[in-house]
Amino acid sequence: MEKIINNVVCTVCGCCCDDLEVKIKDGKIVEVKNACAVSLSKFQNYNGKERIVKPLIKENGEFKECDLKEAIEKASKILAEAKYPLIYGLSLTSTEAIGKAVELAEALGGVIDNTTSVCHGPSLIGVHDIGSVTCTLGEVKNRADLIIYWASNPVFSHPRHLARYTVFSKGKFRKERRERKLVVVDVRKTATAKLADMFIQVAPNQDYELLSALRMAVKGEEIYLNEVAGVPTSKIEELADLMISCEFGILFFGLGLTMSLGKSRNIDAALSLVRDLNERTKFLIMPMRGHYNVTGANEVIAWQTGYPFAVDFSQGYPRYNPGETTTIELLTRGECDAALIVGSDPAAHFPVSAVKHLMKIPVITIDPHKNATTLISTVVIPTAITGIEAGGTVYRMDGVPLECKKLVEPPLGLKSDEEIITEILVNVKKLKE
Amino acid sequence: MSEILIKNGFVFDPLNNINGEKMDIFIKDGKIVDKVSSKAKVIDASNMVVMPGGVDIHSHIAGSKVNAGRILRPEDHVKDFEVKTKVTRSGVGYSVPSTFTTGYRYAKMGYTTVFEPATPPLKTRHTHEELRDIPIIDKGCFPLLGNNWFIMEYLKENKLEECAAYVSWLLNAIKGYAIKIVNPGGTEAWGWGKGISHLDEEVPYFNVTPKEIVRWLCKINNILNLPHPIHVHTNNLGKPGNYVTTIETMDAVKDLSKDGKVSIHVTHVQFNGFAGTSWLNLASGAPEIANYINKNTHVEIDIGQVTFSDTTTMTADGPFQYILYLLSREKWVNADVEAETGAGVVPFRYKKSNYVNAIQWGIGLELALLIKDPWKIHMTTDHPNGGPFTHYPKVIAWLMSRKAREKTLNKINKNAKRRLDLPGIDREYTLYEIAIITRAATAKSLGLKNKGHLGVGADADVAIYNLNYKSLDPSKDYKLIKKAFKQTAYTIKDGEIVAKNGEIVSSSKGKIYWVNSKVAEDIQKSMLNNLKMKFEEYYTVKMENYIINESYLHNSFMLNVQSEV
Repeated sequence: MEKIINNVVCTVCGCCCDDLEVKIKDGKIVEVKNACAVSLSKFQNYNGKERIVKPLIKENGEFKECDLKEAIEKASKILAEAKYPLIYGLSLTSTEAIGKAVELAEALGGVIDNTTSVCHGPSLIGVHDIGSVTCTLGEVKNRADLIIYWASNPVFSHPRHLARYTVFSKGKFRKERRERKLVVVDVRKTATAKLADMFIQVAPNQDYELLSALRMAVKGEEIYLNEVAGVPTSKIEELADLMISCEFGILFFGLGLTMSLGKSRNIDAALSLVRDLNERTKFLIMPMRGHYNVTGANEVIAWQTGYPFAVDFSQGYPRYNPGETTTIELLTRGECDAALIVGSDPAAHFPVSAVKHLMKIPVITIDPHKNATTLISTVVIPTAITGIEAGGTVYRMDGVPLECKKLVEPPLGLKSDEEIITEILVNVKKLKE
Repeated sequence: MSEILIKNGFVFDPLNNINGEKMDIFIKDGKIVDKVSSKAKVIDASNMVVMPGGVDIHSHIAGSKVNAGRILRPEDHVKDFEVKTKVTRSGVGYSVPSTFTTGYRYAKMGYTTVFEPATPPLKTRHTHEELRDIPIIDKGCFPLLGNNWFIMEYLKENKLEECAAYVSWLLNAIKGYAIKIVNPGGTEAWGWGKGISHLDEEVPYFNVTPKEIVRWLCKINNILNLPHPIHVHTNNLGKPGNYVTTIETMDAVKDLSKDGKVSIHVTHVQFNGFAGTSWLNLASGAPEIANYINKNTHVEIDIGQVTFSDTTTMTADGPFQYILYLLSREKWVNADVEAETGAGVVPFRYKKSNYVNAIQWGIGLELALLIKDPWKIHMTTDHPNGGPFTHYPKVIAWLMSRKAREKTLNKINKNAKRRLDLPGIDREYTLYEIAIITRAATAKSLGLKNKGHLGVGADADVAIYNLNYKSLDPSKDYKLIKKAFKQTAYTIKDGEIVAKNGEIVSSSKGKIYWVNSKVAEDIQKSMLNNLKMKFEEYYTVKMENYIINESYLHNSFMLNVQSEV
C-alpha cells in the first residue's frame, strides 16, 4: 500500500513549512518532497538506533525495561512526592501537550519552563520593556524591499526561510530578488552574509553599541566617533539611510543577539530601533525562533497563566520572575527536587553547575530518542513523535498556528506526549488528594 | 441532568415582556421548562432579581492580540491573581486576564455568553485554542474582513455572488460567527505605514474606498442571511471630529436595511463619538449620533464605556494603536497579518483629571442615555479598551443613578464637566432596561434564539442577583446595585449551578458558536477554483492548512444558515 500525504507541516525549525509531500509505503515514510536538508534528515532518521521504544526505569544504577503503566506510575509518584518539581523542555511538542503540562505543574505546585529560557527569553523580556512591532511572514513575502538578518544565519538554521518568506520569495507586490535588498549583520561572514547586498561585521559582544549608533543615525543625530563596534561610521550612516529610505523593512534577529553580552538590553535596543523607524517608514522586527513549537509554548503558557515561560506555581497561583523562576537558576541554586523533561536535552546543553544538580535529583524524561538526559534519568518514557506519529497544533515563529497530521503509526503503539502527560496528571491528582 | 426550581424571584425577561414580576422559573435538562418534579432542587430567590444569563456582544477575550497583550504586560498580572481551588484553575487578571480567569470572572458576574469580536482568519486556530480554554461561558468569534485582499479584489471586479461564496466559505473554514470590519481599508494602508482618513479615499493599490467596502459586506451579509449584522469599527477611530465619519458610515448602509431590520452594528461608539477639531477643544459628539440613531431604524451600537482605570488597549486598527503610542509613548505592539488585517496593543491609563479621558467617559454615558430605544444599545467597555469587563457593575450604576454620575462628575476634569451635556441629563435606566442592554437586545442582535430570555425552551443560563427590587431605589442605592452586579447569588449555566455568592462551585466547558453558511454548490465550486491560485500567492500557508475542522472546537455549536445564492 502506497499513499502520498500533501501539505504536511514540517516539525523541525520555526519556519514550520507546510508544503511537504510525504510518500508512505507499508506504514513507513519512504520519500519526502520539498523538505530542506535538516527536515529530510529528521524524516529519514527518526526511527534509527537512537529511538527508544520501551519505557525504562533505573534501579541500582541499571536501566530495566518496563511497561508503560509502571513507568507512568513511577513518574507520577516521584512528581507527587516532590516538594518543588520542575517541568522543562516543551518546544518539540504540541500546544495541546504543553497545556496539559501547565496543568500538571499547577497541580504539583512546581515550575513550568520551556527552552525559551535559554534561547529567546531575553527577546520576551525585551518585549515586556518596549513592545514589538511585528507582522506575519506573508507580509514580508508580499511587501518587504529591505530584509536584515542580524546575528542569525538562516541558510544553516532555517534553510527555507529565504526562499519561502524573504529575499527569494514571490509575493503580491514583490516578484523578484532584485526588488529586495538583503543586509546581514554578524560577527563573521556567514553563508547568509555571502548572499547579502551589504554585510556588516560587528565586533563580538558589541551589538548594543552598533544598534545604539544606528538609532542615533536614524534620528539624524551626529556620531562623533570614527567607528562603532568595529564598523566605520560612514557604513552605519549608509545602513541608516537604507533603512529610512526603504518602503517596508524587516529585521530578523537570532541567538547571536539574545545570548551575547547585554542579552535583553540588546533586544531593547533592536526593538527600539525598529519602533523609532516607524516615524520615518514601515519597519518591523521578528525573532528567528528555533524549535518548531517554541513559539506555541510561549503562547499556551501565556494564555493559561499570563506569562510566557518560567512560571512558578509554588504559591498556588502563577508567578513569573526570570532569573528566579528560570530553569538554569533553579537548578544552579539546587532548589528543585525532581524534574520532568519533555523533548529536550538539558544534560547535554546546560552549564555544568545546573547539570550537577540535575544528576542529584530524580529525573523523568519523555522523549522519543536517547540523549544525555535520558542517560541520567530515573524514568524514561518513550513517545510518539509529534508531527509524524501524532498530530497537534504548532505555532510558526510569527505566531501563525498550524495543525500537524499524524502520518504513520508509532512503533509498538507508543502514546503521544499529550496522552502521557494527561495520564501522569490524572495519577498525580489522585496521589495528591 | 438535575432539575432546578427558582422560587419567588423578581424576574426581568424583556424578550417576554416580564418586568419584575414575582414568579418561579423551572429548569430541566439544561433548558427552561414549564414545570419540574418534586425532586427539583429549590433555590429560594425571594427578594432577589432573576435575569437570563448576560450576553456580551464585544469583548476581547481570546486570540493572538489578546495574548500579545498578556505577554506585553506582566505588570498587569502581578497584583491580581487567582489561587487554584478544588474546582478552578489558577490565573491572573487584571485587564488581560488569563483564559480560565476570564471564564470564571464572567460567570461570577452572571454572564454566560461572550463574543470575541476580532479574529484574524489566518490566526483563528489560535483564537479557538484559547476559547477552548475559557471555561463555563459560551462563546464565538468574528473574523476580520474589512481589509481582506480577496474581498477588495472581488469588489473592484464587482463579483458580488462570488464574493458572497468566498465569505461563506471563510466563515465555515475558520468557524467564525459574523462579519467584522475594522477601519475598512485603513489597516491595509497601514501595511505600508499609511492611513485612510475619509470614507471616499481609495485604498492604496486596491482602488476601492472604505464606503464601498462597508456597503459591499453589508450586501453580502444580507445575501448570506447571517444572524448578526455587519459589526463595524469605523474609520478615524480615536480622532477628534470623528463623529461625522461615524454618522456617514451608518448612513452609507441606510438603504441596505432588509425587511426593516438592522443593517449595521457600530461598535464601541464612544471611541468614534468625538466632536471638536483637536485634543484641546475635544467635545462629545454623542448628541449628534444619538439624534441620528433616534431617527433611524437600521442602526444599533455598543457603547465602549470608559471606566477610569489602568488597562490595555487592543484593536485590529493598527494605525490607531500607532497614534495612541505616539500620544502616550507607552509600550507598543504591532502585528500585521498577511492579506487580511493587523493589530496593535498599547497599555493605557484613563484618568479622571485628564480632559480627554473625562470627555470620553461622558460620551459613552451620553450615548446610552440620549438614545431613546434601549433595544438599539448594548453595554460594553470594549473590554479591555475602555476598561476591564469586571467594571460592568460601575457602568450599570452610572446608568441607573444620576447620583452615581454626579459623584463621578464632581471628580473629573472641570473643563470637561463644563463641556459635557451629561450633568443636565436626568434619565435613569430601570432594571428592565439594564436587562435589555446586557442580555435581551444582545442575544437578539446576535440571532441567539435560545439566549437572552427565560421562555420555555431557552437555554437554562440564569443570573440571580442579591437585590431586593421592591425596597430598592436604584437612584439612591447605586452602591447596592454595584455590589449586586459584581457577583451573583447564583449563576446557572445549561441548568447547572456554576457560581454561588461569588464562588465558582462547578466548572464546565462552554460551547463555541459558529455559522455554517450554505451557498449553491456550483457558485462555491467556481469560486474555490479561482481562489486556490491566489491563495498560494498571497499567503504563506496552504489552503488545506488554513481550514479548521469542527472537531478542533471540542464543544462546537453550529448554526445552519441558508443563503440566497
